[in-house]
Amino acid sequence: MDVPKHDVLIVGGGGAGLRAAIAAVEADEHITVGVVSKVYPMRSHTVSAEGGTAAAVREDNTDSHAYDTIKGSDFLADQDAVEIFVKESIDEVIQLEHWGCPWSRDPDGLMSVRTFGGMSVDRTLFCSDKTGFHMLHTLYQTALKYDRIAWYDEWFVTSLLKDDGKICGVTALNVRSGAIDAIPAKAVILCTGGAGKLFAFTTNASIKTGDGMALTYRAGGPLKDMEFVQYHPTGLPGTGILITEASRSEGGHMINREGDRYLSAYTPERMELGPRDMLSRAFIQEMRANRVFEGPYGEYVHLDIRHLGEELIMERLPFVRELATEYVGIDPVYEPIPVRPVVHYMMGGIHTDANAKTPVDGLYAAGEAACVSMNGANRLGSNSLSEIIVFGARSGKAAVEYASEQEFPEANTLSQMAQAEKKRIEEQFLKPRNGNERVATIRRDLQLAMEQGAGIYRTEEEMKTACEAIRKLLKRYEQVEVDDKSSVFNTDLIAALELGYMLDVAEALAHSALLREESRGSHAREDFTTRDDERFLQHSLAYQTPEGPRIEYLPVSITRWQPEERKY
Amino acid sequence: MSAKKITMRVTRYRPEQEDAPTEQAYELEFPDDWVVLDALNYIKDDVDGTLTFRWSCRMGICGSCGMMVNGEPKLTCAAFLRDYYPAEIRVEPLQYFPIIRDLVIDMTDFLHKLKAITPWIVRDEEKPLAEGEYLQTPAQLADYKQFSMCINCMLCYSACPVYGHEPEFIGPAAIALAHRYNLDSRDEGQEARQQVIASSEGIWDCTLVGECTEVCPKRVDPAMAIQRTKVATTTEWAKSMLMPWGKQ
Amino acid sequence: MKQPEPEYTYPTYHRPIPATWWLRDRKYFLFMMRELSSFFIAVFLLIYLYGLSLLSKGQAAYGQFQETLRSGGFTLFFVVAFIFAVYHSWTWWSIMGKVQVVRLGDHKVPERVITAVALAGWVVASAVVLFVFTR
Ligand SMILES: Cc1cc2nc3c(=O)[nH]c(=O)nc-3n(C[C@H](O)[C@H](O)[C@H](O)COP(=O)(O)OP(=O)(O)OC[C@H]3O[C@@H](n4cnc5c(N)ncnc54)[C@H](O)[C@@H]3O)c2cc1C
Ligand code: SF4
Ligand code: FES
Repeated sequence: MDVPKHDVLIVGGGGAGLRAAIAAVEADEHITVGVVSKVYPMRSHTVSAEGGTAAAVREDNTDSHAYDTIKGSDFLADQDAVEIFVKESIDEVIQLEHWGCPWSRDPDGLMSVRTFGGMSVDRTLFCSDKTGFHMLHTLYQTALKYDRIAWYDEWFVTSLLKDDGKICGVTALNVRSGAIDAIPAKAVILCTGGAGKLFAFTTNASIKTGDGMALTYRAGGPLKDMEFVQYHPTGLPGTGILITEASRSEGGHMINREGDRYLSAYTPERMELGPRDMLSRAFIQEMRANRVFEGPYGEYVHLDIRHLGEELIMERLPFVRELATEYVGIDPVYEPIPVRPVVHYMMGGIHTDANAKTPVDGLYAAGEAACVSMNGANRLGSNSLSEIIVFGARSGKAAVEYASEQEFPEANTLSQMAQAEKKRIEEQFLKPRNGNERVATIRRDLQLAMEQGAGIYRTEEEMKTACEAIRKLLKRYEQVEVDDKSSVFNTDLIAALELGYMLDVAEALAHSALLREESRGSHAREDFTTRDDERFLQHSLAYQTPEGPRIEYLPVSITRWQPEERKY
Repeated sequence: MSAKKITMRVTRYRPEQEDAPTEQAYELEFPDDWVVLDALNYIKDDVDGTLTFRWSCRMGICGSCGMMVNGEPKLTCAAFLRDYYPAEIRVEPLQYFPIIRDLVIDMTDFLHKLKAITPWIVRDEEKPLAEGEYLQTPAQLADYKQFSMCINCMLCYSACPVYGHEPEFIGPAAIALAHRYNLDSRDEGQEARQQVIASSEGIWDCTLVGECTEVCPKRVDPAMAIQRTKVATTTEWAKSMLMPWGKQ
Repeated sequence: MKQPEPEYTYPTYHRPIPATWWLRDRKYFLFMMRELSSFFIAVFLLIYLYGLSLLSKGQAAYGQFQETLRSGGFTLFFVVAFIFAVYHSWTWWSIMGKVQVVRLGDHKVPERVITAVALAGWVVASAVVLFVFTR
């Protein structure tokens, strides 16, 4: 079939991708934009974000937001990027308000703000506890207004196309028909979200398999700061469903088996509102001291919100109540919620500058897939939802500017590349090949390796074991055999392709972690227990080579805030 | 955790292989806290990788996993096997929708309807960002909030016999969303929406089955939205008839 | 400028809807009964109108018509039509609370109160009519 071509092609229909699409069509009235998404845009995982979106909108100042973010990042954030972020996030949340986002309101009609972990003042806007859901649907419904946005719903991107060193489009599998086509574009923005599915116990949806990160990595671009994985302190045991941090900002308490608010020993000033890395480590310490509960899905502590009362819970945290009641049969109005740390967010990702540009010409990235870096070694809660709209918008504008100076690639070259990709996928997956490996088995082994090698606390030995395990899994992956050899809606094939992406990302992650011989933010090592600014006030950059990842380093940009000890 | 045995009868339809849907039975053991979606994933991962269905969040918010469970439209990530045990469970694609494959339905039709109801804020004049947000009191927010909770899961369409018999019917969720924007104090787009909503495929097609509201997992209450729109439309019409000078 | 949408096709299967779909589920059955009730109410109204037209033709014609109506068949019809009419009205007033938002100052009157008031009003009005005509 003949696929239309686009000045800018966006991969991903989450918050970042949709914001990028709107910014791009608004930047130039002559261009067209394509949005490719492997699920319908409103299914993207932004939908599940609960707690809120940070921006210094009220009696607040951007310097304070910047400082909190930088301190939260354990001084690994690029301060120039953070300064841009804190300024532009204000206009971005107001823009969303103008587009109809139902932000919760104060009696005087202004948007309400709540406190959040690691933030020194109340600056987190919210829509009860379904903030991401409302942001995503607002963005999607607003984007429908623009006829110049073409929707490729349920198309799965399999590779980036490069001509003469420049990105010139993507190849994608049309999930419903089974066809593999090239979609030509002058510039491509990757907004493919995180990679939480590298771990079994995660708050992330099944679609978060690091596709964009792997696509970039394979196209020669570096992955930055991959070793930093955020564990959220409050997930439901078993399912990993998130109980939002907002439950603590509204006043919830973390209680151990002894009945103590144990965080007084770890983050005495901020208590439950300390940063996530510290709270997750506190859980492990409590566990080692035998002060946690035991359950069928491992150890847990209590998150108690009973004292907030039914009325406040129904107004501010109705989804928390819904989730706890449905999934663990506990009504938080009357009983404490069992919680344990759970893999939640990737601080690392595709290396970009503050304009969302990657080192690969014509390739941009934004959202959780990207690493600008404004989150450094630990993201503060509610900064990600603002990050996706700020840098989503910036990426849209930057890509349009770049595209205006480019020509479309030759149709011939592209169709040849599409043919080659089609052949690769057919040969590797759709022809019977007597492979003896199942997708699900390799995926489980990978998740096990990651859990053991890239946990809350890490040691050299564990990480080395993980690196070796991943190498072996990559070998086994060559023998993978899918059950489904058909064309229409082949989710077995998609799972196999996603597994390939996950393995590449996992390898970059494990190697970056192994080489960072210090403890910073979420990367806590038992063999190097302190931060080492001398050697590691640097971003790691992982490049793919046939022998495995090559890790390079890049200095952090420091403008006004010198690294200091991080205490809460 | 105790494991129990249950039989699941699942609709299969492989367009490259068969002309009409068939049924396949799977027997499986399940722990007490499994939902129907967990069982489907177990089958896909360990038994039969060709079984096809949509899902993503597994927390009842992305809206992908709607299916008929024992004849009722349900989010399968929120339907616990233990509630059906020991009887067999029948899992089918959402009814009234065309099937693409197995449990996957075609919902492109809804997306066109969604776009048709102008699901965005319409204003004659935009306020510059520098002047900040539009003020909206908690009471004004509460007016439309319920109707903004729709996750587009399509359960309500699947419960609506009117939609089943007249696929042109704009349907519960789209009308609820139109109502949501109409009620929003920031919006001025009622008239644009009215043309679609009051058309022959709009609200007047609804004959008050009320099932849409019953099955909605997010308590959107589309039936209420439709009935209120009927009242509002009739009142507007009566006003324009009785006082043609009042409206310009 | 209008964006060319990607065009492609894929086959889909349309399931036929069996004629008995409304028998499978109590709720759909009740819904169909409600639809059916309109038929009985309409027939009743036609009979009523016919009676009125006979009135203008004089006492005799009307008297004879009244006699016919006393026959078993018609009585049965009226009983059934009455039950349907009550059912239809009941469902109509029951959703009143949903359909009509009533505000007292800043306060929204709860749905249940509106429905209760509407139902009570209906009962009272029917009683008054009954009283006036059977006196
Ligand atoms: C449970 C939960 C709660 C959270 N709560 C908060 C919060 O309160 N505050 C906060 O700031 N942050 C929160 N976060 C983090 C935040 O929600 C995410 O980081 C953010 O939404 C990511 O948005 P995104 O647009 O980058 O990616 P996503 O929303 O994940 O979108 C990714 C998109 O890429 C598409 N895609 C991926 N791969 C491919 C491919 N190969 N081909 C085609 N399309 C592809 C997908 O279809 C999807 O549309 C939360 C996260 C989780 C998991
Ligand atoms: S109105 Fe309810 S049932 Fe219908 S699509 Fe929306 S959430 Fe689903
Ligand atoms: S999987 Fe998202 S709603 Fe069920």
